[in-house]
Amino acid sequence: MPLSKEKLEELTMTARKVRRHIIEMTAEAGSGHPGGSLSAADILVALYFHEMKVDPKNPHWPERDRFVLSKGHAAPVLYAVLAEKGFFPKEELKTLRKINSILQGHPDMKKTPGVDMTTGSLGQGLSAANGMALAGKLDGKDYRVYVLLGDGELEEGQVWEAAMAAAHYKLDNLTAFVDYNGLQIDGPIVEVMSPEVIQEKFRAFGWHVIDVNGHDFEDIVRAIEEAKETKGKPTVIVARTVKGKGVPFMENQVDWHGKAPSREQAEEALKGL
Amino acid sequence: MPKTATRDAYGKALAELGEEIKDIVVLDADLSKSTKTSVFAKKFPERFFNMGIAEQNLMATAAGLATCGKIPFASTFAVFATGRAFDQVRNSICYPKLNVKIAATHAGITVGEDGATHQSIEDLALMRALPNMTVICPADEVETRKAVRAAVEIKGPVYLRLGRHPVETIFDESYEFVPGKGVILREGKDVALIATGVMVAEALRAAELLAKDGIEAMVVNIHTIKPIDEEIILKAAECGAIVTAEEHSIIGGLGSAVAEVLVEKKPVPMKRIGVRDVFGQSGKPEELMKEYGLTADDIAGAAKSLLKR
Ligand SMILES: Cc1ncc(C[n+]2csc(CCOP(=O)(O)OP(=O)(O)O)c2C)c(N)n1
Ligand SMILES: [Mg+2]
Repeated sequence: MPLSKEKLEELTMTARKVRRHIIEMTAEAGSGHPGGSLSAADILVALYFHEMKVDPKNPHWPERDRFVLSKGHAAPVLYAVLAEKGFFPKEELKTLRKINSILQGHPDMKKTPGVDMTTGSLGQGLSAANGMALAGKLDGKDYRVYVLLGDGELEEGQVWEAAMAAAHYKLDNLTAFVDYNGLQIDGPIVEVMSPEVIQEKFRAFGWHVIDVNGHDFEDIVRAIEEAKETKGKPTVIVARTVKGKGVPFMENQVDWHGKAPSREQAEEALKGL
Repeated sequence: MPKTATRDAYGKALAELGEEIKDIVVLDADLSKSTKTSVFAKKFPERFFNMGIAEQNLMATAAGLATCGKIPFASTFAVFATGRAFDQVRNSICYPKLNVKIAATHAGITVGEDGATHQSIEDLALMRALPNMTVICPADEVETRKAVRAAVEIKGPVYLRLGRHPVETIFDESYEFVPGKGVILREGKDVALIATGVMVAEALRAAELLAKDGIEAMVVNIHTIKPIDEEIILKAAECGAIVTAEEHSIIGGLGSAVAEVLVEKKPVPMKRIGVRDVFGQSGKPEELMKEYGLTADDIAGAAKSLLKR
């Protein structure tokens, strides 16, 4: 079903709020990862505000859809989405990365309501998502499992061990997203250690592959639908994104991977959001 | 006192050594700006290999380079160097005793805000358990520079534990660094404080605090966790009480190494300052040092409680 105009507007508004939170939280924390949080914002908003069945009042609801942020450094976008969804008060966002906060520098499933898996060491999230998908099949449940990987993260060998396993076990209840922003820390992915051609690699590993514009809700939602209809194999949605999306001075800038904006920079960023 | 992170000292020293020793090659895993191997990379691009986010591949590639006479320095964060790639370090580097230098930065909880996933508090334990491995944990900028040079002179695998956060410079240029030999930094007869890495500065401060209460504390710097300097530990034991201090779990690191020597050769009452078998969390480095009991006050308190017994 295509997105209604109202829904599209709602998602767009929510994404804007989420981006504002990302800027405010990282500025307040004085550290963190704005670039890869901003690039993933629309994907997470589409998942949590259109697709996934979750219950903020009951974060451990056994029938819920799962989400694993394999690129755990993008914790700010996950926290912003969970807060907007009502898993915890938005006030908490100010405590990001501070001592005794429920919002750790990287996602912690024991501390944050709504976080389904602890991540931060890259390359492990797809394996964990596989485990959740296998359990779903074993238990005859119809929940779906979503996982978001970084494009640089694809350089980890474990990602491909997991990709092999997901196809081997025909995990059609699992959908992976690749945040294809073209950058990692030391530079463009093709210069540091090219994981290209990403789509062909996944195809060769037995996956159904869909290309989307990761900032176009209609595109993202259509791909999620297609993934749900794809039987007998897992689907990967390779989402073309812009690192730092929404903040002009951060867009496509490798330096904004893991650096917080100053107060003035945050003000400037918020003006455009 | 000027403050420098040991990772910065490493980056500089490595680039300098690269000039002299052409067999040095450097590998990193998409963290060269953080580990400071970027300084070497800029100077010697043909001898620098960015392996991408692939630590296991990085370690075994370093092993291969070493079989051909190269002296690889393999760098990434300590959690990933020792944890993610443990089996590669064990089976491809240590077992064949290959000449790989693992220079891991962002060790310990002073990593700060990134939180528990990035705070290695068990790397000394892991690396110390491996036969053929030399384990060095420098306390400041000067010691780091000397340790990097010494690592090249050692034939075989070396683990260098480095930090992210700036620390005081304790030593001056005349300081002599001999791998495997501890250093008495302050004489004392009532209690011995044995420390490594960033905790050396805390131990020196603790000795000052104790002096105010009339307690004369010996301070020993153990920069080489393995092989451990038994002689200096036995000398310290003559004080009759020992406190160890490390920015690491109390399990498996300096405290354990010292206890192993004492229990076999000269048991004396002892306390270990370190992270008490818990994971860390996000926070400012100084706040975390307090939260996990890793300050001069904690060391002095442990010393006093030992002397009360
Ligand atoms: C195992 C592991 N190695 C290294 C790191 C450090 N690190 C954090 S983010 C990052 C780069 C990630 O690049 P990418 O996956 O493209 O993320 P994005 O561009 O979406 O932020 C690295 C190397 C880590 N967290 N885990
Ligand atoms: Mg990327």
